[in-house]
Amino acid sequence: MQKMLTLISNVYRLGNASKNVGARMVLSTRFFTDFTPQASFDIKKCELHRLEAGPSETAVLTREQGLQYYRTMQTMRRMELKADQLYKQKIIRGFCHLYDGQEACAMGIEAGINPTDHLITAYRAHGYTFTRGVCVREIMAELTGRRGGVAKGKGGSMHMYAKHFYGGNGIVGAQGQIFESFNMAALWKLPCIFICENNKFGMGTSVERSSASTDYFKRGDYIPGIKVDGMDVLCVREAIKFAADYCRAGKGPIVMELETYRYHGHSMSDPGVSYRSREEIQEVRSKSDPITMLKERMLSNNMASVEEIKEIDVDIRKVIEDAAQFAISDPEPPLDELCNHIFANDLPMEVRGTNPWVKLKSVS
Amino acid sequence: SSARPLQRLSIVLLRKVNVRDALNQAMDEELERDEKVFLLGEEVAQYDGAYKVSRGLWKKYGDKRIIDTPITEMGFAGIAVGAAFAGLRPICEFMTWNFSMQAIDQVINSAAKTYYMSAGAQPVPIVFRGPNGSSAGVAAQHSQCFAAWYGHCPGLKVVSPWNSEDARGLLKAAIRDNNPVVFLENELMYGVPFDLSEEVMHKDFVLPIGKAKVERQGTHITLVSHSRCVGFCLDAAAVLAKEGVECEVVNLRTIRPLDVETIEASVMKTGHLVTVEGGWPQYGVGAEICARIMEGPAFNYLDAPAVRVTGVDIPMPYAKILEDHSVPQIKDIIFTVKKVLNM
Repeated sequence: MQKMLTLISNVYRLGNASKNVGARMVLSTRFFTDFTPQASFDIKKCELHRLEAGPSETAVLTREQGLQYYRTMQTMRRMELKADQLYKQKIIRGFCHLYDGQEACAMGIEAGINPTDHLITAYRAHGYTFTRGVCVREIMAELTGRRGGVAKGKGGSMHMYAKHFYGGNGIVGAQGQIFESFNMAALWKLPCIFICENNKFGMGTSVERSSASTDYFKRGDYIPGIKVDGMDVLCVREAIKFAADYCRAGKGPIVMELETYRYHGHSMSDPGVSYRSREEIQEVRSKSDPITMLKERMLSNNMASVEEIKEIDVDIRKVIEDAAQFAISDPEPPLDELCNHIFANDLPMEVRGTNPWVKLKSVS
Repeated sequence: SSARPLQRLSIVLLRKVNVRDALNQAMDEELERDEKVFLLGEEVAQYDGAYKVSRGLWKKYGDKRIIDTPITEMGFAGIAVGAAFAGLRPICEFMTWNFSMQAIDQVINSAAKTYYMSAGAQPVPIVFRGPNGSSAGVAAQHSQCFAAWYGHCPGLKVVSPWNSEDARGLLKAAIRDNNPVVFLENELMYGVPFDLSEEVMHKDFVLPIGKAKVERQGTHITLVSHSRCVGFCLDAAAVLAKEGVECEVVNLRTIRPLDVETIEASVMKTGHLVTVEGGWPQYGVGAEICARIMEGPAFNYLDAPAVRVTGVDIPMPYAKILEDHSVPQIKDIIFTVKKVLNM
């Protein structure tokens, strides 16, 4: 109580240091009223395909949004780096495709759509799993295959789901299927945004070696397209807002190409340097890192303080550590649930085990 | 002392070769032997192969013989089949057989059925190869065994090697075969070394497709298996031998055409049959073997019903404890043998 009173009196002595940051008090030498509440940023103009006008070339960012985007992206970044660590310790096994470098894509998209919109992606899915609402604990525990994982340990890295998020999908050899989808979406004017996260490589093959045209935003042909700077969260947000408005207005589908980069190799079994140079990776990290870009924008526009950012980082580190601890210590799924979830809404049934004398139980 | 007969000393030179290298060497030799042979698939060239099976081949043979494709299975499988129609001898790699589902129409409708549909006018000398079945922690979409699905189709030869000798001899045979061959490898076997004799290392060493091999002689019970499970059967047999049970282990080597004669001969000797596979039970390889035994002369020699050991009838879970319990283990084989023998 005494400590509490001291704390509160300190706050009042220094001034009204915090707006409402929940239960925590941010005691800093800067006052809230010192910070710029919002600023307008010029963003890269998007190349357009079959569109007269495109997304806004300025983005308004509030301090609150900025801190939220920063926190979310940094959480994604730290989560992926922790996954890298756990994989090397063999606590995560199988396939693990990391998202670090591409955070602005998932964050920008989520910032520009509604939680009730539907999203589906391929195997590099940890970022989207987080932005779509699954907490770090449940993601990490899924990676380590424990019962507290979002898919109860049964799915693993590539098979995580949430409300309005359909995974996480492992097989992608679907160039033909993309064009089939384009056709039906355009034909029936479906409100569908086709997004290509162009990180310059398909596993170990550069885009130049795999694609007759690398202008992916034009590949929808009769479907309009936008090319977006995928390293700038604001650019992504404005673009997806534009695309979402376009779709919701009943104009049909639209294609978005996000130019981005992955720092890791294709997966944890790919060192990622046999088909690109370390210098290239370093250059992107130093010149185009999405989190650094946002942080610098906020700091140079007096929208946040260095201490504040540091505190967020410290907090995130705790969140990640806690999640990793949970992911390591949570027990594996119970064996008697091995055969569950074969069918939905069905009566319990028998499942054959490895031999005819082993009859296992399956419930919906 | 009594005169001892002259003993001939023969030195057998054995070389340790793992399955990956056996496959690599087989392709290398066949590429050298016949310029119509070429390899295409994802990451096969400049990356040296996703699992390094084609390591060094692009460096040696170049862009015209070792071709990196975009990630587009239906497309490149179709191109491969077309190349085979035109007289080339493609080896089409699927990074895993799970991805072949993207292209299965080309494998079945374009490759398997064409010689029949053309009344013998158009052969399709193509090999589709890649790792099949479960691996470790790769979850449901990457762990399926396709032996039963492809083994179901007339017009396809389906091969499933276990060790390095199988891999080498059967791949060379597949490449030299004028028919479409589905070649089912196993990722977990790639790094496993086996001793290969000089005879096996000869550049014209081929194994006959459609012929099973008795890996271990036995008298009490027949174990029939393919791919990695053959090793488990041999391990189980070693344990059972200590209890006086002698298992005969048959390595199928080929799924289609099935060497039912070798299985029948074995069953007629032992009177008991257990099949062992990694794939699902329903409509599987073991189911086919049991049906054939029922329909043939060996049925009358059975002293107990034939039984299958298989993967559990569920999509492959990710968590290690669940995955371990989803695939046949050595103890499952031992348990089943004892049940069949009423021990």
